[in-house]
Amino acid sequence: MTSRRPNALLQLTLWRVREFLREPEALFWVFAFPIVLAFALGIAFKNRVPQRLRIAVEQGPGAAALATALDSAPGLHAVVLAASEASLELRTGRVALVAAAPEPVLFRYDSTRAEGRLARLLAYDALQRAGGRRDVRDTREIRVAERGARYIDFVLPGLLGMNIMGTGMWGVGFSVVKSRNQKLLKRLLASPMRKSEYLLSHILARLVFLAGEVISLLAFGAYVFDVPIRGSWSAIAAVVLIGAMTFAGIGLLVASRVRTIEGVSGLMNLVMVPMWICSGVFFAYSNFPDAAQPLIKALPLTALNDALRAVLIDGAGLTAQPVAMAVLAAWGMGSFAVALRIFRWS
Amino acid sequence: MAVAGLDLDVRTGECFGLLGPNGAGKTTTVEVLQGLLTADEGQVEILGLHWQRDARELRERMGSQLQETKLPEKLTVGETVAMFRSFYRRGVDIDAVLEIVQLTEKRDAWVSRLSGGQRQRLAVACALVCEPDILFLDEPTTGLDPQSRRQLWDVIERFRARGGTVVLTTHHMEEAERLCDRVAVIDHGQIIALGTPRELIASLGAEHVVEFALADAGVVEQVSLAALPGVAQVAAEDGKTRLTVARVHETVPALMRLLTARGVTLSELTTHHATLEDVFLALTGRHLRDE
Repeated sequence: MTSRRPNALLQLTLWRVREFLREPEALFWVFAFPIVLAFALGIAFKNRVPQRLRIAVEQGPGAAALATALDSAPGLHAVVLAASEASLELRTGRVALVAAAPEPVLFRYDSTRAEGRLARLLAYDALQRAGGRRDVRDTREIRVAERGARYIDFVLPGLLGMNIMGTGMWGVGFSVVKSRNQKLLKRLLASPMRKSEYLLSHILARLVFLAGEVISLLAFGAYVFDVPIRGSWSAIAAVVLIGAMTFAGIGLLVASRVRTIEGVSGLMNLVMVPMWICSGVFFAYSNFPDAAQPLIKALPLTALNDALRAVLIDGAGLTAQPVAMAVLAAWGMGSFAVALRIFRWS
Repeated sequence: MAVAGLDLDVRTGECFGLLGPNGAGKTTTVEVLQGLLTADEGQVEILGLHWQRDARELRERMGSQLQETKLPEKLTVGETVAMFRSFYRRGVDIDAVLEIVQLTEKRDAWVSRLSGGQRQRLAVACALVCEPDILFLDEPTTGLDPQSRRQLWDVIERFRARGGTVVLTTHHMEEAERLCDRVAVIDHGQIIALGTPRELIASLGAEHVVEFALADAGVVEQVSLAALPGVAQVAAEDGKTRLTVARVHETVPALMRLLTARGVTLSELTTHHATLEDVFLALTGRHLRDE
């Protein structure tokens, strides 16, 4: 007498889901950590009322008068410091420029830093005005601080992309290697379980948690930092879904032959750390040399971040980033196919 | 461990034991049978099926417990069995199989909370849940206390009583003697003896073993010992002498007289029924395990 047979794909997926829910640490890293990180970055790089630039005047004859003249300029805050101290503060970036009094006034600053160049312009301007220069033309200005152009608006989609990558790769890779290490894969191989269902269950389990991960981070950004969500939910969902499946596939590939947790940890970092740096999570990848751009754009996280920023911040549709979506899909399908082929069961 | 030229034949409904020390090639052998390793040469036929052709059908009909497998720690007993049940077309109810392995009251406990014996019974439950025709057990009772071991033996005997075939590896001779209809003794990847436990013991030529040691480094030459009534075999090891004898009541008084005549005294004397351990010792000069 045969009993009712439970669905194998469902059982395998439930295994993944239960194991995850019963591991409080995993819950923290997946759900709480990205929010903590977004909060810290949002506070640290909050757009403030433009602060006055701090500059130093070297102690000596005429220092006090020079400091007064410079300090009176809007946007500058001048302090009188001993020469050695002024040099130290310039070197460590605590002052943007050091001025020395004897005529003609000497400016020392780092011309490769934007703050240094700005301080030099303001100080030069202030000295000329104090010396009696009159402006010959008037200008008008309108100041803008638009939502969508702040650092938090840039970094939040990046964090979302990074999280989708991290949870996808760790979630899949770790459990596969653990099961292999504990000879559980071998035991499964001795059963008529379908291998494709085993691999698919990892991707399905990822999707179960994906909505929670994405919505919690987006809601946090929207409520706490007023980060705009301009794209349609369907476009966002599609990008997130394709991104998550791609990184689950890459996770499967990374874990396809490794036997130990230590081994897979190293390999994961080898794959992920370059993308944290290069793929525009915390700063724009346009900072890298032109020669590196095609390579950077071929990385899956770059593609995901570009697509996320397009749909979230720019309000673009799914078709606005065809190259990025193609790159993502190619990575996903390629790694899944290779993983299936080279997967080691024992 | 490499296995070479190993040829064996397990009959339907029997319990077949692979007995040997660690590293002898037992696990390799059962893993080849289970289709987990592919043999470089030779053929495996189980239930009239072949791994090359009928892998899926074979997996449907065999139950496995592997020596090193650790089941997921964070699943409950019931969830684990349900998952394994889901892989098979045919099978028994989860509650029924938990009843068989006496884990009913642990149904909702996490695997991480189980004792060693309970974990092994759960592994056997996962093997039994598909109502297998043949059950492979690799060292099922290694590391278990005597009570857990006997509980597992009961489970295996009940499976056999329903007509199931069992292939089991062990380095525990008592287990092999109690459970197995036939035993293959394996050493260095080869079968060195094959037969029923009774036949193997009978192959020693006598059914009892007398072991003694002499005080003050006394020595008696083996020729004189071999000449004692009822002695089939003499072997010396670590200052002890082992006599394989047919009738203890004839040999021991004669041994005493011999020792008295030589003026040496005993420091130790034991006798026991010959076991598979003695068979292994006689065949290889080594013990099955060091305990």
